[in-house]
Amino acid sequence: MSKSRAQAKPLPFGQRIDLVTYGPFVALALLAILGGIINPTFLSPGNLTNVLTRSAFIGIIAIGGTFVISAGGIDLSVGSMAAFLSGVMIIVMNNLVETVGVSWTTVILGMLIAVGLGLAAGLVNGLVTTKGRIDSFIVTLGTMGIFRSLVTYLADGGTLSLNFQLRGIYRPVYYDSLLGVPIPILIFFLVALIGWILLNKTRFGRYCLAIGSNADVARYSAIHVDRMRTLTYVVQGLCVAVATIIYVPRLGSASSSTGVLWELEAIAAVIIGGTALKGGSSRLWGTVAGAIILSVIGNILNLTGAISQYLNGAVQGIIIIVAVLVQRSGRGR
Amino acid sequence: MADVILETQKLCKNFGPVRVLFDMDFELRRGEIHAVIGENGAGKSTLVKIVSGYHLPTEGKLLLDGKTVRFLSTKDAEDAGICMIHQEFNLANDLTVEENIFLGKERRRGPFLDRRQMQKESRAILASLETTVHPRARVKNLSVSQKQMVEIAKAVSRKADILIMDEPTAVLTRTEIQVLFRLMRSLQEQGVSIIYISHKLDEVKEIADRVTVLRDGYKVGVRSADDLSEEEMAAMMVGRDIEDMFPDRGPAPRELEVLRAEAVSSPGSVEDCSFALCEKEILGFAGLVGAGRTELMEAMLGLRERSGGRLLYRGETLSLRSYRNAIDKRIVYLSEDRKGKGLLIDKAMGFNLTLLALRRYSRSLGLIDEQAEDHSLLHAIEEFDIRAPSQRAVMQTLSGGNQQKVALGKIMEVEPDVLILDEPTRGIDVGTKQQIYFFINELAKGGKSVIVISSELPEIIGLCHRVVVMRSGRIVGEVVGADINEEEIMRYAMGIKGGNHREQEQSTG
Repeated sequence: MSKSRAQAKPLPFGQRIDLVTYGPFVALALLAILGGIINPTFLSPGNLTNVLTRSAFIGIIAIGGTFVISAGGIDLSVGSMAAFLSGVMIIVMNNLVETVGVSWTTVILGMLIAVGLGLAAGLVNGLVTTKGRIDSFIVTLGTMGIFRSLVTYLADGGTLSLNFQLRGIYRPVYYDSLLGVPIPILIFFLVALIGWILLNKTRFGRYCLAIGSNADVARYSAIHVDRMRTLTYVVQGLCVAVATIIYVPRLGSASSSTGVLWELEAIAAVIIGGTALKGGSSRLWGTVAGAIILSVIGNILNLTGAISQYLNGAVQGIIIIVAVLVQRSGRGR
Repeated sequence: MADVILETQKLCKNFGPVRVLFDMDFELRRGEIHAVIGENGAGKSTLVKIVSGYHLPTEGKLLLDGKTVRFLSTKDAEDAGICMIHQEFNLANDLTVEENIFLGKERRRGPFLDRRQMQKESRAILASLETTVHPRARVKNLSVSQKQMVEIAKAVSRKADILIMDEPTAVLTRTEIQVLFRLMRSLQEQGVSIIYISHKLDEVKEIADRVTVLRDGYKVGVRSADDLSEEEMAAMMVGRDIEDMFPDRGPAPRELEVLRAEAVSSPGSVEDCSFALCEKEILGFAGLVGAGRTELMEAMLGLRERSGGRLLYRGETLSLRSYRNAIDKRIVYLSEDRKGKGLLIDKAMGFNLTLLALRRYSRSLGLIDEQAEDHSLLHAIEEFDIRAPSQRAVMQTLSGGNQQKVALGKIMEVEPDVLILDEPTRGIDVGTKQQIYFFINELAKGGKSVIVISSELPEIIGLCHRVVVMRSGRIVGEVVGADINEEEIMRYAMGIKGGNHREQEQSTG
């Protein structure tokens, strides 16, 4: 029974600073200090922008993942989806060179294809999960295999390369800066900001959390549970498309090994950020910090040389487990 | 002197800075059934949770057989012979009944499980509970009352000296309650002592030897159950006399029909149900647990598959394909399952309060007006007299009665015209019940139409203008005015009265 009776009438606004919310940022700050101590080049502006730029792909995908996970689902197909979108985007743009020519129009058409395909792929994941009443883990495990094999098929087992001249036009999207900030970082920040507003300030976001917390209660609160759940996968698909759009100009190619294990890194970023895997809670800026943490670890290992960078995955694994342990103590079991 | 098996001396418990139990002296004699009653938040659960090892006392002593004991865990308490039957189920849903009964206490033969022995024992225990539950059935496939029986069987199998029952009858039918009482008496004869927590005072009167009354964390008194009437118990709990548990309902309004259901059916649970609801009317739905009352309402509102029938709202045919359509027409439903379907217990009060009516708080671009939400929360706290640790408090930290007030506030947010309240006072203390009865009455007086589903007949009788009785998915009778009494309703509910020929004349309205 509760302690309510002993309380006086005007209720205080209970505000508490908790580990789950601020943990990821504290961890990131500690890592940065550690990195600076180990190797001062870590804190050089060049290195920092490099780390942030590299974290943008996983980060943007993880922002979509925050929606899916907070509504109680999971999407394992994102890495394969990114590879598939990259492949189709490259093929379409290469073919457009003949008709439209080497121009921004071609690139923009390619981007639109990626966005449309991302939305469609998300819609498929969402509809099969909700209408088919199949666990999202199984559905996206299936589509993960499908997307991966489709890109392998399209590339005929090899590599799809973007037309060399097109690469010249498209290149700035990844390599240029605006007001001194690399474009991928700007996009990352912008997606995070929109995501945060959507998740914390709108009805859609509120419904996602309600569904993740208890889908039955959501249904009895007149929320269209299936529709909202499907939408989270569509948001995820859109985020994958955006990540693909800034990824393609980086290497200008796609193959069966593009985006391998991205899904795990994205989920890890979400969890490190403080979102509960079982749904019902979300920490969008935590996800951003989580994605950066993963990228910082790799970078520090690169710079030290003390630990082989082949152990990158092991260190990341430890961080994930420690993060969850810390969060659990913060949530008070 | 009586043989005291368990005693607490000056027991105090603080949660953070808040003290919830004050100098509690409680005494349990060997072989007695001792009821502990009090309003929600009175400290009943806290007291038994200390006794059963869930909480450590902040101050004071716990004596078992005259010796001071200190339970650091429930296992310590179980080893000392104290076993608790929970209000919330602690069963593993994917395991069988038998596996649950022996969970953690598996019978073994060498390194292997002795399944034959466990099956034999579980059969015997289930038979003593006169339940039809099969030992090999999966718990997830059981009904709520069957789960409760399994929970009881589990506790009995532990062969405890002291058995603590926290509202075991809340979800049981009358017959099941009688079986449980017989079992309790036979355990009593074997020397088992039972602490029995319940809100149902008639049951306390029937089964208990002595009654300890708590209020606001203090012990008000302990009496022999024979010396105490139900009214006196209620008065001790609340600290004042409850003269009028039920408000004056006024004459039955029968002029303006608001809602009419025609031949509503739902596969496997509801068949061909028709009834009508008038403006300013409180219409009761009585029947045994499982009679299909909840299912009928859910089928009407698009929360459950409907295989036939139609719904008229103020003369207009309604197509309620989803609950959202019902909400748009301002027809709301309060679920009987507060924690499973009504409220998000891990979310804050405000989050829950506005969830159903969130569209009202939407501004441009779908952004939510959080200030308006806060304003509504303050208003609801004031209007419903909600007592919570803080405004940002998570639902879990509220007592059952206060949770129910938030649930009521939540459906009131859509400014409903028709309210369907399913077991609106389940698991709630007397004082809050009274508040809710008056609230429902005010709603009806103010022009709303209310349907109340309840398994507590006194509530139906005291509150409603008209009562519809259901049995096995069908509407079998209707009682109005002076005919609203326990005997008449039970005759319909049990199938003694109200054959099929009566069904055509239903739904006068």
